[in-house]
Amino acid sequence: MIRQSQGGIVRAQGIGQRLKRGFLFLVLALFCVYYLAPLVVMVSTSLKSLEEIRQGTLISLPQSINFEAWAKAWTSACVGVRCDGLAPYVWNSVLMAVPAVAISTFLGALNGFALTKWRFRGADVIFALMLFGAFIPFQVVLLPMARTLGVLGLAGTVPGLILVHTVYGLAFTTLFFRNFFIGVSDGIVRAAQVDGASFFGIFFRIILPMSLPAIVVTLIWQFTQIWNDFLFGIAFTVGESNPVTVALNNVVNTSTGVKEYNVDMAAAIIAALPTLAVYVLAGSYFVRGLSAGAVKG
Amino acid sequence: MSDIRLDAIWKKFGATEVIKGIDLTIDPGEFVVLVGPSGCGKSTLLNLISGLETLSSGNIFIGGRRVNDVPPRDRDIAMVFQSYALYPTKSVRDNITFGMSVRHIPRQVQDAAVAEFAGLLHIEDYLERKPAQLSGGQQQRVAMGRALVRKPEVFLFDEPLSNLDAKLRIEMRTEIKKLHQRLGKTVVYVTHDQIEAMTLATRIAVMEAGHIRQFADPFTVYDDPVDLFVAGFMGSPPMNMIEGKLRQDGGSFVECGAPDALLRFPLPDAMARRVAGRDGLKVILGLRPETIFAAGSELPGPDRFCFELPVAVVEPTGPDTMIVFEIGGRDLIARVRPQDARPQGTRFRFEVEMRKAKLFDATTGLRL
Repeated sequence: MIRQSQGGIVRAQGIGQRLKRGFLFLVLALFCVYYLAPLVVMVSTSLKSLEEIRQGTLISLPQSINFEAWAKAWTSACVGVRCDGLAPYVWNSVLMAVPAVAISTFLGALNGFALTKWRFRGADVIFALMLFGAFIPFQVVLLPMARTLGVLGLAGTVPGLILVHTVYGLAFTTLFFRNFFIGVSDGIVRAAQVDGASFFGIFFRIILPMSLPAIVVTLIWQFTQIWNDFLFGIAFTVGESNPVTVALNNVVNTSTGVKEYNVDMAAAIIAALPTLAVYVLAGSYFVRGLSAGAVKG
Repeated sequence: MSDIRLDAIWKKFGATEVIKGIDLTIDPGEFVVLVGPSGCGKSTLLNLISGLETLSSGNIFIGGRRVNDVPPRDRDIAMVFQSYALYPTKSVRDNITFGMSVRHIPRQVQDAAVAEFAGLLHIEDYLERKPAQLSGGQQQRVAMGRALVRKPEVFLFDEPLSNLDAKLRIEMRTEIKKLHQRLGKTVVYVTHDQIEAMTLATRIAVMEAGHIRQFADPFTVYDDPVDLFVAGFMGSPPMNMIEGKLRQDGGSFVECGAPDALLRFPLPDAMARRVAGRDGLKVILGLRPETIFAAGSELPGPDRFCFELPVAVVEPTGPDTMIVFEIGGRDLIARVRPQDARPQGTRFRFEVEMRKAKLFDATTGLRL
């Protein structure tokens, strides 16, 4: 029973308990394999040569590490008729996602602050309507949005896509920040009012610095949504201005005789890397922020 | 120093009336405590004075200026909140200077003000820490520093000591009183703790259900309560309330207790004259615990009344011992010297100083 002296909750002992725990870990391990297998196959395929892919099986590991497919996917894979690789489209996605995430997060914070700490007549109705926006299927808004972008002269451009993502991200970002701010003491805002700070003074100098967990959660959520979006990307951009998700689809669908699975896999991983990176960098905040919102909201 | 004048103010939240027509004049430099049970509207009244709530009707004057439409920051007030409401991301120093920094007061002036009040409040050792790294008492001092540093004309305190433990509360109470004596600014202080009210106030406003029941200095509120509510609210342990009937047969008496064990408390002459000709009136006799003591334990005086009843419970508090006994099924408390206490169950001879008794009309609750 030396094991028990390490602290923590006291557990029942005995052979039956150990079997149960063994079974638990077995099930967990199975699910891990199930989840990670596709990623392993993708990485290993992207490192093989075409020759090897044709001869080996799907799950066989590469005999030699070979980054040619990655280089091709990045610089020279053909997207439609243009053969410059994914690089310009990744750049498109960055140009689109960064401002869209920043603007929608900022406006969400402002909305959340106004809805919770600067109560005005009809605040609840407005919040309910905004919340409703989170449940509208995006297919419904495609046509009216296309028309709006046309009128604004933003059709087929990256700024147009930024506008679309900002508008449809607002429902979520407002919800996140509202639920965070509702747990923040009203006294702080009142104290700042008596101290003489204005609406924006309180927002920028007191409230925003407090809301780092909510900001990180919202940034991750918005970045994942916007980076991974395909529907708005394909509907509201053309050729040159496509985000990487649309370009990836075109890489895979562009047939030049031989299906280059290694290049397709490398391209898919490239397209997914930024969201993965964001999770790795800020993942602990994500979990903390989500549970904080859950308890307080 | 500013005076504060409330002129027939009302506050309604939808259909609920929280403040029901309050008139109050607070003199410059006064320490006024608003006291009452929770939900009586005392915090709302404070928020109306601070401008954190808007009036439904009436007028508020601070320093002679009508401030109905003046936002909090321009009322020359500072406020200390129950939750302290410190800015969690700012250091103690920045918490204190925030009000000055949003008013663009020069850095040197800010630093001088911090230096002045940090010493006064004993917070100079942790000016660079964040609020979360401070104990409750230290946070309380920082909140006070934030209010003091701008040198406003009026200080508003919203139950500032409620979150502190008992010992610290008494310490801070004394410090607040010292600060008031030193600075001489007008203070409005909200609390539900009647001992805080008694110890701090120059005048106490006892509130109930949106009304001010009595506004007077602490001794008047304690010794001369206008009605049953004020009498029962002020004092700990509370005043004993004995239901009875006025009897005027060869003197004035309050007759109370069960029919087979009637007690007749004789009324002093002054009180008897006030209720002359109202024989049979239902009354409530109010006796503070310290006016009931062991018979013979004090020098004899006029208007004393003695009776004997069994001891129900003995509660020592240290300096005094509380003896609980029953009249007509109700528990009453007597405050006796520890050496006079007798064990539970024994018969005890009580002596009452009837001159300090209060008499109330049982139906209206008003003092007779």
